[in-house]
Amino acid sequence: MSTAHAHAPANTSTGISHAKLGTWSFLASEIMLFGGLISAYVILRSGSSHMAIPPREMMGVPLATINTFVLITSSVTMVLALVGIQRGNIQQFARFMSCTIGGGFIFLLIKAYEYNHKWHEGITLSSNLFGSFYYTLTGLHVLHVTGGIVLLFMILFAGLRGDYTKNHERVECAGLYWHFVDLVWVILFPILYLL
Amino acid sequence: MTDSHGHGGGHGHGHGAPQSFWRAYIFSVDHKVIGIQYLITSLLFLLIGFLMAVLIRYQLSTPAPGDDFNPENLGLIRGMLAGIFGENNMPYGFMAPEFYNQLGAMHGTIMIFLGVVPLGVAAFGNYVLPLQIGADDMAFPRLNMMSYWVYFVGGIVMLASFMAPGGAAQSGWTSYAPLSVAAPAGQTWWLIGMVIIITSSLFGAINFVVTTLNLRAKGMTLGRMPVFVWAQLVTAVLLLIAFPVLEAGALLQLLDRVAGTSFYIPKDMMYGGAVFPAAGGGNPLLWQHLFWFLAHPEVYVLLLPAMGIVAEIIATNTRKPLFGYKELVGSMILIGALSFVVWAHHMFVSGMRTSLANLFVTTTLTISVPSVAILTCLLLSLRGGQIRYNTPMLFALAFLPMFGIGGLTGLPLGFAPTDLYLHDTYYVIGHFHYVVAPGSLVALMGATYYWFPKMFGRRMNETLGKVHFWATVIPMNFIFFPMLIQGMWGMQRRLADPTLQWHNMDVQGWSTVILWGAAVMMLGQIPFLFNFFWSIWNGEKVGENPWDATTLEWACPSPPPHGNFAAPPEVFRGPYEYSVPGHPSDYWPQDEAA
Repeated sequence: MSTAHAHAPANTSTGISHAKLGTWSFLASEIMLFGGLISAYVILRSGSSHMAIPPREMMGVPLATINTFVLITSSVTMVLALVGIQRGNIQQFARFMSCTIGGGFIFLLIKAYEYNHKWHEGITLSSNLFGSFYYTLTGLHVLHVTGGIVLLFMILFAGLRGDYTKNHERVECAGLYWHFVDLVWVILFPILYLL
Repeated sequence: MTDSHGHGGGHGHGHGAPQSFWRAYIFSVDHKVIGIQYLITSLLFLLIGFLMAVLIRYQLSTPAPGDDFNPENLGLIRGMLAGIFGENNMPYGFMAPEFYNQLGAMHGTIMIFLGVVPLGVAAFGNYVLPLQIGADDMAFPRLNMMSYWVYFVGGIVMLASFMAPGGAAQSGWTSYAPLSVAAPAGQTWWLIGMVIIITSSLFGAINFVVTTLNLRAKGMTLGRMPVFVWAQLVTAVLLLIAFPVLEAGALLQLLDRVAGTSFYIPKDMMYGGAVFPAAGGGNPLLWQHLFWFLAHPEVYVLLLPAMGIVAEIIATNTRKPLFGYKELVGSMILIGALSFVVWAHHMFVSGMRTSLANLFVTTTLTISVPSVAILTCLLLSLRGGQIRYNTPMLFALAFLPMFGIGGLTGLPLGFAPTDLYLHDTYYVIGHFHYVVAPGSLVALMGATYYWFPKMFGRRMNETLGKVHFWATVIPMNFIFFPMLIQGMWGMQRRLADPTLQWHNMDVQGWSTVILWGAAVMMLGQIPFLFNFFWSIWNGEKVGENPWDATTLEWACPSPPPHGNFAAPPEVFRGPYEYSVPGHPSDYWPQDEAA
C-alpha cells in the first residue's frame, strides 16, 4: 500500500496527494496568521498618531536589501534542487539544497547583526510602537526561517539516504513552505524598511 | 507520502497485530479511538463549565447578604461554598467580584473552546466523518493523535490557571484590551492556553479538509456527501482561516503583557490612578477586530456541525429524503463565506462610523437568509414523513424551535440602533445561549444517542434517554428565556451583584427561576451520565445498522474494527434515498449496488 501511494498522480479522490493538499491548507492558515499581524501594522501605521517611524538610515536598508536578495536566491536554488531530485540527480539535489540552507543561514546572520545594531540604536521591542511591530513581524518570520532550515536539513539527509528516488513529493512540499517564507519577507521588507 | 498515510497499509482491514494498551487506547492513531477520547474529554469539560454556570447562577439569585444574614450560621450550601473556595473567593459563601469574573471568563472559554467545539467538530467529526465518506482513517493519523493531546494540554493549562496568583483570567472569554493587558497573571495563562488550543484546532482543520477531499470512497462525489460531512468541511475551512487571526491577536496581547509592547495600549493611558507603564500609541479596538474576526466565524463553528447532525437524524427518522439537499449545502457554504464579513456587529457599542455600521448591519441581516433557509429545509423535511420519535429524533426536533428562538432574538442585535440598547444586557446572554445551548448542545446530545450504537455496538436506554430529554429541554427554557426578559428590562451583564442597580430589582425575581431551572437541568444530566456508562457494557446489542439508515457509517460493523470497512465501499447514489418507490425496503444504502 505504501508503494501504491508513491506514484504520481496520487491515489486519492482529487488526484492531489495528502501531503501537498495538507501543505497548501497549512499555508492558507499561515497566510491568515501573517495577514492578521500585517493588517494590524498597516492599520496602526496609518491610524495611530503615535507611531514614530525611525529615519531610513537607522533602518539599514542596504543590509536588508542584501538579505532580500539572499532569500530570493535561496528560493531559486530550492527550485533547482527539486529539479535535481526529479531528474534523479542526487548530486545536483544535494548541491542546491546546501545552497538553500546556506542562504537561510546567511539571512539569519545578517538579521542577528541588524537586531543587535538596532537595539543599540534604541529601537527595541518596547521603545515605541514601530519597534514593537518591527521585532514581532520580523521575529515571527525569523522563527519560520529557522524552522525551515531544520526542515530543509531533514530533507537533505533523507535525500542523501535515497528516500526520494521515486517520490519527491516531500521535497516539493518543503519547497512550497520555503517559497512562502520568502514571500512573507518580500512583503515585510518594503512595508518595514522602505515605506 | 508513505509516512503520512503509513499505518493504513499495515492495519488496513482490521488484521493488525495486537497493540499494547497504550497504543490502542491512549496514544492511538485510530480516528475512532481519538473521536471517543475527544467525546469523553469534551463531555467532562462541558460538565465543569456547567457547574461553573450553576455557581454563577447561585450567586446571582442571592447576590448579597439579606436582613436575615447570620455569619455564625451560614447554612449548608453557603458554608460549603465558603469552605471549598476559601475566604478570598467566596467570603461567607458570597462570591467576591474578582472570583465572579474568573468564573464568567472561564465558563465561556471552557464551554466554547474546550466543550462544544471539540464535541461537535473533533469528537463526532473524527468518529463519523471518515466512516461517512468510506475512508479507512483520517489522512494524517499521527497528526490527529497530536491534535487530541495538544488540546488536552491546552485544557489543563486553562484549568490550572485558577492556581495562578490572582486566580484565572477575569476579562471575559473575549479578553478585551486594555483591561486584559493590565489583569493579573491568570490572563497570561489564558493566552498561552489559547495558543495551544488554536494549534490543536489547526492540526484538526488541516486533517479534516484533506480527509474530506482526498479519502472519499469510489463514487462518493461531492454531491453525494452527507450534509454532516459538508458541515464539517465548511467548519474546518472556517477554523483554518479564522483561528490564525486570533492567534495573531493573542500573540500581540501576550507581548503587551510580558514584553512591554503597546499594541493595545493608547498613549498615556491611566490605570489605577497612574499612567500605565508602556510607550503607548496602540489601540484597544485593534484587539476587538482581531478577536471578532475569529469569534464570529466561531459561532458558525459551534452551529454548523449541529445543523449537519440534525439533518442526518431527521432524514433517518422521517424515512424520506431531506428537503432541499442542494439548498442545505449551498446555504452552509454561503454562511461560511458571509461569516467573515459580519464581525463588527459585535462592536456597535465600541463606537463606529454610521456608514460602517450600516455595512455590517446589511451583511448581518444577509447572513440570516441562509440560516433561515437551512431551518426551513429541515422543517419541510418533516412534512409527510413517518416520524419515529426516538431519543435522537426528539433532540433533533427540539433543535428546530430552540435554534429558531436563538436566531430570531439575534436580529435586534444585528440592527445597530437596537443593539446599542441591548448589547450590554442579559438579552445578549439569553440570545447566544439559545443558539449554543438549546441549539447546538441539544443537537450534540442527540448525536450522542444517534451514533452511540456505532461507537459501542450497543444502544442507549430509551426510557432514560427520554427522561434526560425532557429534563434538559424544559429547564433550559426556564434558564434562558428569563434572561431575555431581564435584558429588555435593562439588567446589565457582567455584574457580580445586579441588585446594586435599583432598576434591576423589578426583574431580580427571575434569577430565582433561572437558578431552579439550572438545578433541575443539573439533576436531569444524571440519567444521561448513568445511561452513557451503563449502556457501554449493558445496553441492548445492535448490528451494523440499527436505525435502518442509508449513509456509509452504517455499512461497517458496530463498533468498526481498525481500518473500518471489510472491503473499500463503493457508492452508487445520494445520501438520503429513503422510501424509494419500487425498492423492497424503505431505505436504500449508498453502497448497495442497484
